[in-house]
Amino acid sequence: MNGAAADMATGSSTGPLTPARAPVLAYPAALLAFTAIPMPVATGGSIVAGSSLLAAALLLIIPALGIPRPPALRLVLVGAVTIAAFLLILANLSPVEGKASLGYWLLLASAGVMAVQMMRGLAHRAGSGSLRARLISLSVPVVFGLWLLILWECIVRGAGVPTVLLPPPSDIAVRFASSLDILWADFRQTFLKAVIAGYVMGCGSGFLVALLVDRVPFLRRGLLPVGNMVSALPIIGIAPIMVMWFGFDWPSKAAVVVVMTFFPMLVNTVSGLSAAGGMERDLMRTYAATHAQSLVKLRLPAALPFIFNALKINSTLALIGAIVAEFFGTPIVGMGFRISTEVGRMNIGMVWAEITVAAIAGSLFYGIVAMIERAFTFWHPSYRH
Amino acid sequence: MSSTAPIAEPGGGVGLSPRIFVQRIFAGKTGPVLTVLAALVILWYAGAVYLNAPQQIDRDRRAEIERSVTDFMGATWAQERPVLPAPHQVAAEIWKTTFAMNPTSKRSLVYHGWVTLSSTLTGFGIGVLLGIVLAVGIVYSRTLDRSLMPWIITSQTIPILAIAPMIVVVLGSLDVAPIFAKGTVSAYLAFFPVAVGMVKGLRSPDPMLLDLMRTYSASNWQTLVKLRLPSAMPFLFASLKVAIAISLVGAIVGELPTGARAGLGARLLAGSYYGQTVQIWSALLVAAFMAAILVTIVGFADRLVLKRMGIAE
Amino acid sequence: MSEQVTSQAAARPQMPASATGSVIAIEDLSLTFQTADGPVQALSGIDLAIRRGEFVSLIGPSGCGKTTLLRVIADLEQPTSGLISVNGETPDAARRDRSYGYVFQAAALYPWRTIASNIALPLEIMGLPKAERAKRVKRNMELVNLTGFERKFPWQLSGGMQQRASIARALAVEPDLLLMDEPFGALDEIVRDHLNEQLLQLWAKTNKTIVFVTHSIPEAVFLSTRIVVMSPRPGRIYDVIETGLPKDRGLDIRETPEFLALAHRVREGLRAGHSYED
Repeated sequence: MNGAAADMATGSSTGPLTPARAPVLAYPAALLAFTAIPMPVATGGSIVAGSSLLAAALLLIIPALGIPRPPALRLVLVGAVTIAAFLLILANLSPVEGKASLGYWLLLASAGVMAVQMMRGLAHRAGSGSLRARLISLSVPVVFGLWLLILWECIVRGAGVPTVLLPPPSDIAVRFASSLDILWADFRQTFLKAVIAGYVMGCGSGFLVALLVDRVPFLRRGLLPVGNMVSALPIIGIAPIMVMWFGFDWPSKAAVVVVMTFFPMLVNTVSGLSAAGGMERDLMRTYAATHAQSLVKLRLPAALPFIFNALKINSTLALIGAIVAEFFGTPIVGMGFRISTEVGRMNIGMVWAEITVAAIAGSLFYGIVAMIERAFTFWHPSYRH
Repeated sequence: MSSTAPIAEPGGGVGLSPRIFVQRIFAGKTGPVLTVLAALVILWYAGAVYLNAPQQIDRDRRAEIERSVTDFMGATWAQERPVLPAPHQVAAEIWKTTFAMNPTSKRSLVYHGWVTLSSTLTGFGIGVLLGIVLAVGIVYSRTLDRSLMPWIITSQTIPILAIAPMIVVVLGSLDVAPIFAKGTVSAYLAFFPVAVGMVKGLRSPDPMLLDLMRTYSASNWQTLVKLRLPSAMPFLFASLKVAIAISLVGAIVGELPTGARAGLGARLLAGSYYGQTVQIWSALLVAAFMAAILVTIVGFADRLVLKRMGIAE
Repeated sequence: MSEQVTSQAAARPQMPASATGSVIAIEDLSLTFQTADGPVQALSGIDLAIRRGEFVSLIGPSGCGKTTLLRVIADLEQPTSGLISVNGETPDAARRDRSYGYVFQAAALYPWRTIASNIALPLEIMGLPKAERAKRVKRNMELVNLTGFERKFPWQLSGGMQQRASIARALAVEPDLLLMDEPFGALDEIVRDHLNEQLLQLWAKTNKTIVFVTHSIPEAVFLSTRIVVMSPRPGRIYDVIETGLPKDRGLDIRETPEFLALAHRVREGLRAGHSYED
């Protein structure tokens, strides 16, 4: 939704904002690489000098070739050189580990500048028209993410940042792969039990109460401001109370999720039910439609964008609620439990693996709700093409 | 949303009889809201009786006390460690730990509240600034828009709060002051709604108005200051309300790791360790008041600014 | 909100004397709105009888109460005093019998429904069987020249086509009475001319009674058998003009002296009713 809106917004006002088309950043990249050539990459490590020489030479290619045409070829070339440079640096990381010297950083900076150049080229070709343009717009954030990961890896390992502070992505990946069984058990406990149960119950009850509130104008005036306010409160704080009432296992977490998701659903549905226009309501009246008929045929469909908005907000809230509630006591399984105990043992790699699971679960959850939303509210102005 | 109020109001406005006054209140929002709140308090008292009854019956049987119904209800509202404390018990505890206590005492809720509030505001300030700067960058750079914006939207779907304890512990081990460690969590959380809202807001001007600025051959900076930023104000304040609320949540959750000794979150955790329900509820209510006041202040600033800009009436 | 209004209207008006023989009969009808700035008299002392098969236009400047009058007929507003009957019943009963079709200023099509299912909407509410619904949808889409657009969504159509669909939706109820509230007001003049011609043909073909609100003098003269000129503050009827133009008229009739004379009389009426004061 936001993406589509963004497309149109930039599309209409690209004029003064477009970057230069020529791969101008290739020159500073080459300059950096050139300075790096005579320097050792790590203190006391001449073994890697050869590969650094290679990487620097690669980075020099672009400006040496001049500006080739057609532009697409230029982009491919920039991309190939950037990837090659990064691969070279990554492949030769182990002798550098913790001993990186100026040469290494210059080389890294050079490759980084090239990556920016590559993304500028991609961003310029991105769009929402043809399939190719759409594939490119998809690739820009992917490339950006990969670039961040590589940079993270190179910086953390090059500078020898203690793993306790920030482990390199490769460590997290290894950790992730080696503890799949624990991660799965935690995921099942927290997500499949607490989050899903709480989400369904919270959203469902919020929706039903909204239908009731909608029928009673007095309640609508009284409950809506209260609900709006409650939505802004740190509801998560009820977690210790719920743990006390419903025990250590997942029902207490589900209860927290129910309370957290209830109010956004209530408030959104109630406002959504009044979203139908006056003319559309008058139309139902000229048909002498019953309350139920105008609810089903007009007001609920018109409320769908609001309801889905709540479902999306709640997908994130539910996961947060379940994880944080586990900080207040849980059986020895669960994502929140794992995070808090592994933090206590300074086993940060495992924490990051757990966070990766949470991130994947959260985005998938949200993505699925957003996909269903698209299918149901295709008619809404934000989706029309 | 419901602009039905004035229609339901009877008569002009002269000679306000008490009956009409009551009618007025109930035609507006005040009456219904107060009714709902009163109903909540009654429900709370009833819930306290219901939840505390088993414990009370058990205790009375052991002490061999016979009680009348009203006496029994009174007893359920006066337990030492009730399952659900009655509102007046919580109110008394809040009174005792705020006004009737030296604010510097470690048991004072003013002290703990201030610890939480200070990191909330620190984080809020940093996060808002970062969010605005990033939004301007995204609006003016196609590369940032294409590469960063999808990640900002995706990251809203990730339960960021889950890493709050880790951030606090890691930064704590680096000897970063707790206020900044927790502030980092708050800033991180506050930053996203502001960035997303501001990108929307900075892009909200009508294309015609943007074209107008182009006919004046205004610089990017002039367009930003004279058109985009003013148009983004309603969006900014809408995001600020979300941001301040989530900053507070961030600060409280940041106080949950076992290292923290001060703050409302630490009070919640300590209360849950020792089964001090009254303490939990009072910390919770103070946090709720704080959130309500902070959001109200932002809402007030919102109305003030928009009124001066002539957007709101 | 609408539920409240129904329950308030306890004191239903009695039948006017002219109720028999007229599709719509209105006697000494007034309506006062309570607003924040005090009461506003939207309609005052309206007397009007509309016979079967007439095409009556209500014309006047904004604020003259022409739309309010149409809404009173449709039972979307309740009069403060006076008598009114629609099809010999109270407006409320007429509405419940689905005895009229209403066309709004905008098409008011539901964006989540296709054109065909938008037109079927009132029929679903009336509880008609599926086969009958399909038949009526097909027939009325043909009538407004929209065949072939059944599966399209409203937002995929032009403004003129949307408004045609909304007319088809009103016709699908198969009422004898059609109430139209500035249906072509939002359209450009070329489309409006075209739709005027089509509407006139439709009226001639189906012999329905049409009450048509407009603020365009040529539109009113071209379409109507009778023009009701209204003036504001308070909203009242200033003049009623019989047109007497031939039933099978085309757009070029607008160049004839008879037409221009009628238009002149309407304009004079609007001026004398202080319509041009501000």
